[in-house]
Amino acid sequence: MTVTDNPTGGIIGQARLRKEDPALLTGEAKFMDDLVLPGALWVNCVRSPHAHATIDNIDTTAALAVEGVTAVYTGADLAEDWAGPLPCAWPVTDDMKSPDYWPVAQGKVCHVGDIVAVVVADSRYVAADGAEGVVVDYSLLPAVISIEDAESDQVVIHEGLGTNVSYEWPLIPDPEGVEAAFANATHHVTETYVHQRLIPAPMEPRGVAAVPAPHNGDMILYSSTQIPHILKVMAALTVGIPEHKMRVIAPAVGGGFGCKLGVYPEEILCLALAVRHGVPVRWTEGRTEAATATIQGRAQRQTIELAADENGKLLAVRATLLADMGAYFQLITPGVPLLGAFLFHGLYDVPLYSFTCKSVFTNLTPTDAYRGAGRPEATYAIERAMDVLALAVGVEPDEIRSLNFIPTEKFPYDSPAGLVFDSGDYQPALDRAKELINWEERRAEQAERQAAGSKMHLGLGISTYVEMCGLAPSRVLASLNYGAGGWESATVRILPTCKIQVVTGATPHGQGHETAWSMIVADRLGVDPDDVEVLHSDTAISPLGLDTYGSRSLSVGGTAIWMATERVVEKASLIAAHMLEANADDLELTNGVFNVKGTPGAEVPLAEVAFAAFTAHDLPEGLEPNLQAEVTWDPPNFTFPFGAHIALVEIDEETGEVEIIDYAAVDDCGNQVNPMIVEGQVHGGIVQGIGQALWEEAIYDEDGQCRSTNLGDYLVPSAAETIDMKLDYTVTPSPTNPLGVKGIGEAGTIASTPAVMNAVVDALRHLGVTEMAMPASPMRVRRSIENAQGGAV
Amino acid sequence: MEISLTVNGDTQSADVEPRTLLVHFLRDQLGLTGTNIGCDTSSCGACTILVDGQSAKSCNLLAVQADGAEITTIEGLAGADGLHPMQQAFHESHALQCGYCTPGMVMASISLVEEYPNLDADGVREGLEGNLCRCTGYQNIVKAVLSVKK
Ligand code: FES
Ligand code: FES
Repeated sequence: MTVTDNPTGGIIGQARLRKEDPALLTGEAKFMDDLVLPGALWVNCVRSPHAHATIDNIDTTAALAVEGVTAVYTGADLAEDWAGPLPCAWPVTDDMKSPDYWPVAQGKVCHVGDIVAVVVADSRYVAADGAEGVVVDYSLLPAVISIEDAESDQVVIHEGLGTNVSYEWPLIPDPEGVEAAFANATHHVTETYVHQRLIPAPMEPRGVAAVPAPHNGDMILYSSTQIPHILKVMAALTVGIPEHKMRVIAPAVGGGFGCKLGVYPEEILCLALAVRHGVPVRWTEGRTEAATATIQGRAQRQTIELAADENGKLLAVRATLLADMGAYFQLITPGVPLLGAFLFHGLYDVPLYSFTCKSVFTNLTPTDAYRGAGRPEATYAIERAMDVLALAVGVEPDEIRSLNFIPTEKFPYDSPAGLVFDSGDYQPALDRAKELINWEERRAEQAERQAAGSKMHLGLGISTYVEMCGLAPSRVLASLNYGAGGWESATVRILPTCKIQVVTGATPHGQGHETAWSMIVADRLGVDPDDVEVLHSDTAISPLGLDTYGSRSLSVGGTAIWMATERVVEKASLIAAHMLEANADDLELTNGVFNVKGTPGAEVPLAEVAFAAFTAHDLPEGLEPNLQAEVTWDPPNFTFPFGAHIALVEIDEETGEVEIIDYAAVDDCGNQVNPMIVEGQVHGGIVQGIGQALWEEAIYDEDGQCRSTNLGDYLVPSAAETIDMKLDYTVTPSPTNPLGVKGIGEAGTIASTPAVMNAVVDALRHLGVTEMAMPASPMRVRRSIENAQGGAV
Repeated sequence: MEISLTVNGDTQSADVEPRTLLVHFLRDQLGLTGTNIGCDTSSCGACTILVDGQSAKSCNLLAVQADGAEITTIEGLAGADGLHPMQQAFHESHALQCGYCTPGMVMASISLVEEYPNLDADGVREGLEGNLCRCTGYQNIVKAVLSVKK
């Protein structure tokens, strides 16, 4: 039996329609709030309206008087219910300062939305009525809103820590070398950028239900989560429920984008209250509530410096971050800047590298992973700064990039930050993107408009990118102090009737894993993908897994599926060989039939082998019945997808309105399992990144009140502001996994933000505008033009 | 309060609290959980249904306001002969990912095409402005809607 190294069956690579769709299109799919749980009590959380305050008194009398309210609890009432504070899995340094984060605040509140009491009632409406009746007296404390104020320590939020600075994390392999490079550089670019806070806003808010079995001690936790497996371990520890008694189920999950990658107060609360009350306890988040109760993304100030020679060839890159953690640590809050720490030199060949991050607490909602987590931030800094360098050198933005790309012959590339980039060929992607956008013609049109004195300005912006995906080699995670591994598990089972069951630990929330995994297995086995069932998202069915984030599912989870399939084929071939009285090494499996190579007619269908494995009447000596295999795959390296995006914008000088006119994206995620799904991921990612560039911002006033709590004020892009994008691909397989895949979930979001912002600045540069903060709202654009022209517009 | 209405062709009579939102009545009392809730300010369109043939945000109506109305929810579209053409188009164009916005998006699209059969891509985009999707970037949704129209 030959084990093939590359996918060959012809199903991988097809744009197959998704098997997930019919249930979602008809309302048959069950999301969190759709679950019917007889006898369930509803929870409503009373939340702090203040960013920083001590709690002087909580009066629950009126709430308890509401008919249907079962109980009201304060932080003090529940203090004994926790085995520990909410977990943070990523203590990035040994001396990192970390405040206790309790599901219900004890004594003081640290951000608007902090939970101060919970009302338990027999319906969601009554729970809300009860919450209205809880009266809390606060004494206000000065709120720390900006990261600069936080850093100054004038007001220390968590007194016990003595400072707002949580940690400093440097990565400077050769400090003297970096200094010397800057001292000798012809060009020294220094830029400072701010990543505003973003609200992830999946269309489904969060939701939780804990269903106890008080007599045998079992507990089922339903949650709209990306991470049922991690949640099971963490929640069990936090509430003190033995892990083997806990089962976590993620029903259909309506998007996550990183914000459902947490262990949230409400999950822990529902568990504790279900233990107390012995009946199901549930909570569904409201959208306005989500604005301050669910983690936010980005929120960092970055300074990036480039040292380059007279031609613009990079000599060194130095990045310094000040990152906003918010009031507490969520699950991986402190680690998010580290996910970008290695990529501030982008896809450029740079000998010397320096990165430092300082992270501070503020009186705002905790931050955590948001689509791309760390990598969009890094890409933004280097890609914006490369445009500034191009200007300084006097070349076009594409030229400065081409000059500095890591040459193809240098792969695998030892990066100056200590990574090994698996494979890459960057120039073709940029060339193709320029072709798609008609670069030369657009440049000419731009010049014509400028010459004619038009008030409608065109701007072209490039962003090339490389990201590090496929989180992650467990050993590397250990070196970063992360509290878990990065492997993924898979089981492939051939049932007696030759239908296939696949169990995956990679938990989907919209990505299409069922379709993609079926295709991988069907490709190898030669069966119809519709004959493959993919099971997931329930720790009783799929007990082992590390879930979905960081574009890891295909390169880690998909590889596990491929390898488990291989292993099942190996076993099946032993049985087939026995049936054919042949040598297993002489067999090959094509289109679902084992045949003896070079001997026409000597064949047995996989279906007969499957049935023989089930009856076990006549198996080779020593072989166990049944056909199944389980594989846990720990990747040897990250994968490094890359690409080039170009945005064309038009800005109305009178109104400051930025319109996207055209957009070209050429991405390389290695081999593609389902190009249709790839395209969908790119579309959605690009629009989400454009959202950050032009519209989205969690706006806080100086008291720490969020002014963008609903979807009327927080501007998630709609169909009306977006356009049809032009997509293409190059294919550079990853040598680190047998499928040759890299990951595509975050690419669009990583590339589009800097592409659009570079285009905005490019459009206004001739007016004297050199910088623009995000989001580039009409007001900000107008003000930049006015400032550039000394208020003369 | 007693109300009586037609939902997906079936006559329903029920006793509802006057403050019950139509979307909660459909979901919690009738068990029609296909209609989703994505916000509390009538901004997202996830809850879009057809009321007397017109698209409406069911979080923006009280159940009592629907007394006597004829309502279609996502559950009322597919029949024995398969998916509704708009559902089929969404499937074929890969116009959904997580699927949370999808029931509302499909209902809004049906009503849009019905009302303005000759829309171009820009018209579809304007027409769906009140329905947010965080996953798809809209390109394939527009494609799906245009494919049904012709
Ligand atoms: S639920 Fe958002 S508009 Fe109705
Ligand atoms: S498909 Fe997820 S919100 Fe539209």
